[in-house]
Amino acid sequence: MIKICYFGFLKEILNLEEEQIEWSEGDSQELLTFLRSRSAFWAENLSDQNIFRIAINKKIIYQTTSISPGDEVAILPPVTGG
Amino acid sequence: MFWAKIQETPFDSEIPNLDQQIQTNNCGALVSFKGVVRGYDEQEPLSYLYLEHFPKVTEQEIERILQLAKEYWEIKSAFVIHRVGRLNVGESIVLVMVSASHRKAAFEASEFIMDYLKTEAPFWKKEFFQNGTSRWVEAKTTDLEQKKRWQIS
Repeated sequence: MIKICYFGFLKEILNLEEEQIEWSEGDSQELLTFLRSRSAFWAENLSDQNIFRIAINKKIIYQTTSISPGDEVAILPPVTGG
Repeated sequence: MFWAKIQETPFDSEIPNLDQQIQTNNCGALVSFKGVVRGYDEQEPLSYLYLEHFPKVTEQEIERILQLAKEYWEIKSAFVIHRVGRLNVGESIVLVMVSASHRKAAFEASEFIMDYLKTEAPFWKKEFFQNGTSRWVEAKTTDLEQKKRWQIS
């Protein structure tokens, strides 16, 4: 199992703050592919332009990274602070 | 003397007095920038903003930005206070203060910190308008353009 957290508009449009999914092995890109395969709605909202970064165990990753069972993954939409 | 703080409460009464530190470090320049909630976005009167962040990760990202600034400019100190939660029109959102021996480094580093803060730090802003509607603010391409000119990653 892994935990996935959503932030900003993603959390609201998906109506989901966090979820647990079955996960044996794979990387961050494969996780996105899986989530997008859920429906056209998921594919549209998790498009590349709607995802700024992914964090694994509270560390932002800058390239495709392996995800292991027990990890906490956060999906971050484009940021708008300051 | 390089730190980031994120809080829900207003910070205007907590702005540190850096006089002592500036004298000790022989600084000749102190630049501060404060961002404030505007009353309008385009034409629509705003009621308030709501800011969300990613606890711990946002702080780490701001500290990374401050470290980058320290590597590229001769600065003595830099800090950021950023508010989250509900912010009314006219309230302060963010404060950046940078001290340096000379003004150029302090000006440039504070501008760099703001450009990176707006495009790298995990904050998400939602606007609540007086007419009862609301919307998540979209990332601005102009902010990304501003960031690109530094060519620092």
